[in-house]
Amino acid sequence: MNADTRLSANFRLLAQGASTAAERSDLLFNAMLVLCGAMALGVCIAITLFAVRYRHGARVSRGRVGRQIGLEIGWTLVPLALFLGLYAWAAHDFVQIYRPPADALPVYVVAKQWMWKLQHRNGRREINELHVPLGQPVRLVMTSQDAIHSFFVPAFRLKQDVLPGRYTALWFTATQLGEFRLFCAEYCGSEHSQMLGRIVVMQPAEYSKWLGSGTEQPSLAQYGFARFRELGCSGCHAAGSSVHAPSLRGLLGRTVHLQDGRSLVADENYVRDSILLPKKDVLAGFEPVMPSFAGQVSEEDIQALIAYLRAGAEP
Amino acid sequence: MNYLENGHSLRSWLGSTDHKRIAILYALAISAFFFVGGAAATLIRLELATPAGDLVSHDTYNRLFTAHGVIMVWLFLIPSIPSVLGNFLVPLMIGARDLAFPRLNLLSWYLYIAGGLIILAALFLGGVDTGWTFYTPYSTMFSNSWVAVTLAGVFVTGFSSILTGLNFIVTVHTLRVPGLGWFKLPLFVWALYATSIILVLATPVLAITALLVVAERLWQIGVFDPAHGGDPLLFQHLFWFYSHPAVYIMVLPAMGVVSEIVPCFARQRIFGYRFMAYAILAIASIGFLVWGHHMFVSGQSLAASMVFSLLSFLVAIPSAIKVFNWTATLYKGAIHFDAPMLYALGFVGLFTIGGLTGLILASLSLDVHLTDTYFVVSHFHYIMVGGSVMAYFAGLHFWWPKVTGRMYSDTWARIAAVLIFLGFNFTFFPQYLLGVQGMPRRYHAYPPEFQVLNLFSSAGAVVLALGYLLPLAYLGWSLRAGRAAGANPFAATGLEWTTPSPPPTHNFEHLPQAPDEVYGYDPNASLPEPAE
Repeated sequence: MNADTRLSANFRLLAQGASTAAERSDLLFNAMLVLCGAMALGVCIAITLFAVRYRHGARVSRGRVGRQIGLEIGWTLVPLALFLGLYAWAAHDFVQIYRPPADALPVYVVAKQWMWKLQHRNGRREINELHVPLGQPVRLVMTSQDAIHSFFVPAFRLKQDVLPGRYTALWFTATQLGEFRLFCAEYCGSEHSQMLGRIVVMQPAEYSKWLGSGTEQPSLAQYGFARFRELGCSGCHAAGSSVHAPSLRGLLGRTVHLQDGRSLVADENYVRDSILLPKKDVLAGFEPVMPSFAGQVSEEDIQALIAYLRAGAEP
Repeated sequence: MNYLENGHSLRSWLGSTDHKRIAILYALAISAFFFVGGAAATLIRLELATPAGDLVSHDTYNRLFTAHGVIMVWLFLIPSIPSVLGNFLVPLMIGARDLAFPRLNLLSWYLYIAGGLIILAALFLGGVDTGWTFYTPYSTMFSNSWVAVTLAGVFVTGFSSILTGLNFIVTVHTLRVPGLGWFKLPLFVWALYATSIILVLATPVLAITALLVVAERLWQIGVFDPAHGGDPLLFQHLFWFYSHPAVYIMVLPAMGVVSEIVPCFARQRIFGYRFMAYAILAIASIGFLVWGHHMFVSGQSLAASMVFSLLSFLVAIPSAIKVFNWTATLYKGAIHFDAPMLYALGFVGLFTIGGLTGLILASLSLDVHLTDTYFVVSHFHYIMVGGSVMAYFAGLHFWWPKVTGRMYSDTWARIAAVLIFLGFNFTFFPQYLLGVQGMPRRYHAYPPEFQVLNLFSSAGAVVLALGYLLPLAYLGWSLRAGRAAGANPFAATGLEWTTPSPPPTHNFEHLPQAPDEVYGYDPNASLPEPAE
């Protein structure tokens, strides 16, 4: 049985959700459906009722209708209150989508025309497939090599555009075992509709087995450490270096103060920009002497370097 | 002598500065583009009848949906009601002889035609494959198609919009007949006035954005491309700063048309006239501040998304008020179901569904799932086709006797109205379900579980196409053999009905009198028999 028929067999009109986000999303969606359905039905019933009752020729009392200011204010304020409530509900859920738990498993994603390349922390790589454990939060750190793409898993009710030149992130916790479709949802050229993949949700034990299988290879952080030395990063950033360069120990998540007075929390985008555009965010107290590594490092290299920095000094 | 008899040569039409003749020129041109855009849509629906991408290649498919979008948005919807009905009616409704700048009006038509021909040329040279949204860096760095030529056409067409908007604004301010105050204006004029302000303020941003994309494509200037230090999201902000208000360019005039028709056929004053006028202004102004709701998953900041979502909920309030007021206008009226009324009631129903699903999309967490799926495709077709096109047809049937001096077959017109309404729902309702299930838009081929609903949608499109072709026949027949309409066949209020049909070249034989009351209908008054 190929993947298509397997997935078709599970088809339902209201496809089942398979993530914690999907549970919240479906609850709100159903609530909105009831509310909007009631409003649409109300309008339709009123129009039909008036249309029949006040049709030309019917024997019924008619007359010019004057201003009804109370009614008008009423049907302005009642929807306003309802809408504000719905807004707050949706916004609350939305904020959760941007708050990954600290223990989320990182997976690094590079999108390109027309495929998904994914790397796990231990160095295992996949193309157009992502294996994840059931019930454990996973955080995707994503970038594109060319046009904008969008990582979309309908069963998770989640989607995030993947941009060239920066990282975007998406996290989820799968709640159902099985295989789920992965689509590219942002139009990206000729074979946009072929940029498909699948998410495979496994029992944690099976997942560990799967992760450990395959050819022996260095972990992402080990690979990052190797690149760190090969590219000469360690020449300046290692402790005891003669060049005055900031220490990178515990950098991710730290608040850094910049020369121009700004401060920001060092995240993946900050590291990426510092490697490719080192003059953009210069740390206070340091000279802007670092050269750009644009053209010398691939997107995968940068992600490995980030994994190395995240792992700490000893990968 | 009426305006149609004032010269029969080609030159007397192509060189005319009479707003009524220019309206006819626009009507012919947008009808042609409507059928070109419709042909592209037909091929799209044929391709999507089966999951495999077997009818056309993926590159052809991508060019088809781009052509459909570009033509329908810029060459049909945006000029439809404003340039055809607005051009014809605004001077008549305010008792003026013409627009404030008649020659500028003709220039607008030539700019529109020039832009349209450039876009058609790009189509015949091989087409564009970026989608009508031209997202960067795909459009600037990766697309191997006629992006720059198409954008040049859009750029030129934009100036037609700007000049038309300018013309309407000055006309409404300066040429109202004495005694016709702002709150005696028909809501159609209010709607066109608000639309004109959007045209003048938003279109220049589109022009600038188009130039930047072309410059980046030709010289890699690094505005949008991150490889050259640009920001692709900047493009999206600039594009939607125009293109969201553009939705209101399409829908406000539609609301104006419906606000004329519902009171006339309900024989009742429009309910809450002042609220209706204020709602138009509220939609036009808040509509400028909601563009970021197209970008909730684009990577824009959380704070920006929160603000854009809130404003999107707020802009729904004046729209809801309008729907309630049209409904309330029916109360205690004497309702006639002539063809224009059927189209107008169809508009109210479809616009309501389109608007309510808009609320679902404005909800931040739901948009994460639904954006860029067929839910969005269906939503904006309910607004733009179910709303704007339905209202354009309503207006076309309502003012047809005024424009041509002849009646059409009301029976056939009603059949077409019902057919379009049913065919439309049959085509687009399944697309909501496809979107909920997660089918992404702009897919040339799709997984097999989506086939049943796609097949429904394609079958519905056949009914819809039939509905759109019918008016060609019975309106064509009306031109040749329709009975004379008389000045006011629907016993409507409004200054345009006080002059003969078709109107004389200078619109009015005598200076018209401003009415005491706009929409002075009385449901108990007996209707005069229409003149034979």
